[in-house]
Amino acid sequence: MHYTKIDKTLLIVNKLVLVMIVLITLLPLIYVLLASFLEPGTLLTGGITDIKASDFTLDGYRRVLQDSTIIRGFINSFIYSTLFAVLTVVFTVLTAYPLSVNGFVGKKIVMTFFLITMFIGGGLIPTYLLIKDLGMLNTVWAIVLPGALGVFNIILAKTYFQGIPKELSEAAQMDGASHFQIFIKIILPLAKPIMFVLALFAFVGQWNSFFDAMIYLDDPTMRPLQLVLRSILIQNEVQPGMINDQAAMIEMNRIAQMIQYATIVISSLPLLVMYPFFQKYFEKGVIVGSLK
Amino acid sequence: MAEQTIAMGKGEIGKKRSKKLTWMKENWILYLMLMPGVILTFVFRYIPMYGVVIAFQNFSPIRGVFGSEWVGFQHFTRFLTSPNFGMIFDNTLRLSVLGLIAGFPVPIILALMINQIRRKGAKKNIQLILYAPNFISVVVVVGMLFILLAPTGPVNSIVTMFTGEPIFFMSKPEYFRTIYILSGIWQGAGWSSIIYTAALANVDTQLYDAAMIDGASLFQRIRHVELPVLKPTMVVLFILAAGGIMSVGFEKAFLMQTAMNLPASEIIPTHVYKVGLLSMDFSFGSAIGLFNTVINLILLIIVNTIVKKLNEGEGII
Repeated sequence: MHYTKIDKTLLIVNKLVLVMIVLITLLPLIYVLLASFLEPGTLLTGGITDIKASDFTLDGYRRVLQDSTIIRGFINSFIYSTLFAVLTVVFTVLTAYPLSVNGFVGKKIVMTFFLITMFIGGGLIPTYLLIKDLGMLNTVWAIVLPGALGVFNIILAKTYFQGIPKELSEAAQMDGASHFQIFIKIILPLAKPIMFVLALFAFVGQWNSFFDAMIYLDDPTMRPLQLVLRSILIQNEVQPGMINDQAAMIEMNRIAQMIQYATIVISSLPLLVMYPFFQKYFEKGVIVGSLK
Repeated sequence: MAEQTIAMGKGEIGKKRSKKLTWMKENWILYLMLMPGVILTFVFRYIPMYGVVIAFQNFSPIRGVFGSEWVGFQHFTRFLTSPNFGMIFDNTLRLSVLGLIAGFPVPIILALMINQIRRKGAKKNIQLILYAPNFISVVVVVGMLFILLAPTGPVNSIVTMFTGEPIFFMSKPEYFRTIYILSGIWQGAGWSSIIYTAALANVDTQLYDAAMIDGASLFQRIRHVELPVLKPTMVVLFILAAGGIMSVGFEKAFLMQTAMNLPASEIIPTHVYKVGLLSMDFSFGSAIGLFNTVINLILLIIVNTIVKKLNEGEGII
C-alpha cells in the first residue's frame, strides 16, 4: 500500500496512541493484581521500586479460600451457569430450526411474536409477581428459566442454520427423512460451533450477573458468586460503633482491604484466563449476530 | 374477462390455502419443536405484560388482577407530580444521552485505529487486551471503582500530591456521571469495536487499489472507503442505542449508588426497584416502569424516522 510521509507519521502516532490505550486498559487490572499480593498501602506509600520482600503476603488469598461463602458462591454460580447454558442451547436450537426451514408456513407470525418482546415488556414488577405466583421464588428456575430464550440468540442460530447447504437436507428428504431426523442427524452435528457460541455467551452472562439472584433468592446458601462479591466489595460497611478498640479497627480495615483485592483476582481470573482460548468463538457470535 | 380473472384469483387463493394446510400437516413436527420456545416466551414475556393493567389499579396480590380496584391514571399523576420526578427524569436522560454521545464514537475510532495495524500478531494481541474488560462482571468493576477511587486509594494518592486534599469521587453527585460513563467506555468500547472491525475486514480491496491510484491520503481513504463501509452498522446500532436510552444499565447505577450521590445516581430503573420491590408498592412501580417503556418506544420511533430521512429511507423499522 502507498503511504505519503504524512501518512507514515500518522501511522506511527496511531501506534503510539493504541499502545497508550492498551496500557490504560491494563493499568487498573495490573494494579489490583499486584496489590492483592502486597500488604495494604504498600503501593500508596512508595513506588514499585520501593517494594520489599517483607511486603509480600498471601494472607488475603488464604482468608478468601478459607471462606465458605465464597467457595459456595463459586459452586452455585457454576451450577446456575451450566444449567442456564444448557437450557439456552436447547430452547434456542429447537426454536430457530423451524424458522430456518424454507417455506415454513407462519414464519412471519412466529418471528413477530418473538421480535415484539425486544421492544415491549411487562417490566420488573409484573415479572417478579409472576415468578412469585408460579412458586419459583427461592428456586434455581427463577434464575435460569425466564431468560433462557433470547430473540438475539434465535436470530443468531437461525442465520447459522440457513447457511448450511440446502442440498444436504434436500438429499435426506429424498431418502424419506423427516424434518426431525434431518435436524438431529444432519443439522445439529454441523451446528456444533454455533451451539458452543450460544453456550459460552450464556455461561459468561449468567456467571457475571447478580440481579435476578438478588431479587428472587432469599436463602443465603443459594447465593451465586456475584452476590457474595457484592457484599464483600460494595456493601463493606464497617461499623465503627461495633469496635471500640482503635487498633482492632485498623487491623480489620487491613484485612478487609486484602480480602477485597484477593476476591477480585480470584473471581475474575477464571474468565480472563479462559477467554483468549475462546476468543474466536466469541467474535464469531458477535459477527454472525450482526448480519441478521 | 375481468370476472374470469377474479374467479381464477379466488381459486388460486383457495389452492394456496389448502397447499399451506397440507404443508403444515406434513411438517407438524416443526410446529411441535417450536412449542417449548413459544410457551416459554408467552409465559415469561407476554404474561407480565399485564403490568400494563396493574399500573392502573391499586393492585393487591391477595385480590389479584381481577379483584383489585381500578384507579385510572392516579399512579402516573402521582409520579409526575412527585417532588423527585424532575430530578429522576433528568438523571435518567442525562446519563444515557451523555453516555451515548461519549460512548458511541469510541468503538468506531478504535476499529479504524486497529485496522491500520498491518502486523497480524500485534493486531491480535491488541484486540485480546482491549476485549478483556468485557469479561469482568459489573460487580467487580464497581468494586474496583470503590477501591481505586477511595479517599485513601491510589487515584487519590496522586490527587493529594497536587491539591493536598482527596476528592470523594464516589460520594459527590457531580462525579457520578463521569465515572459511570468513563468506566463504561473502559469496559465496553473494545468489545463493541468487534462488529466494526469485522465490517472493515470486508472492505473490497479493489476500493483500496482505486483510492491508491487516485493518490488518496490515509484520511481520505478512511473517509471515502472505510467509513462508508461502516455506515450501515453505525445506523442500526445508533437507532437501537437511542431507542434504549431510557433503559440505561440498571445494574451498574444501582451498584454505584451511595446515599450521598443519589441526587445524580437515582434513575428511573433504580427508582422502580425501590418503589416496587423494596416498598412493595407494586402498582406505583409498574406505572413508573410503563412510563419508561412508553418513552423508550417513542424515542425509538422518532430516532428511526429522523435517521430514515437523513439516510435515504433506510431505518430499522
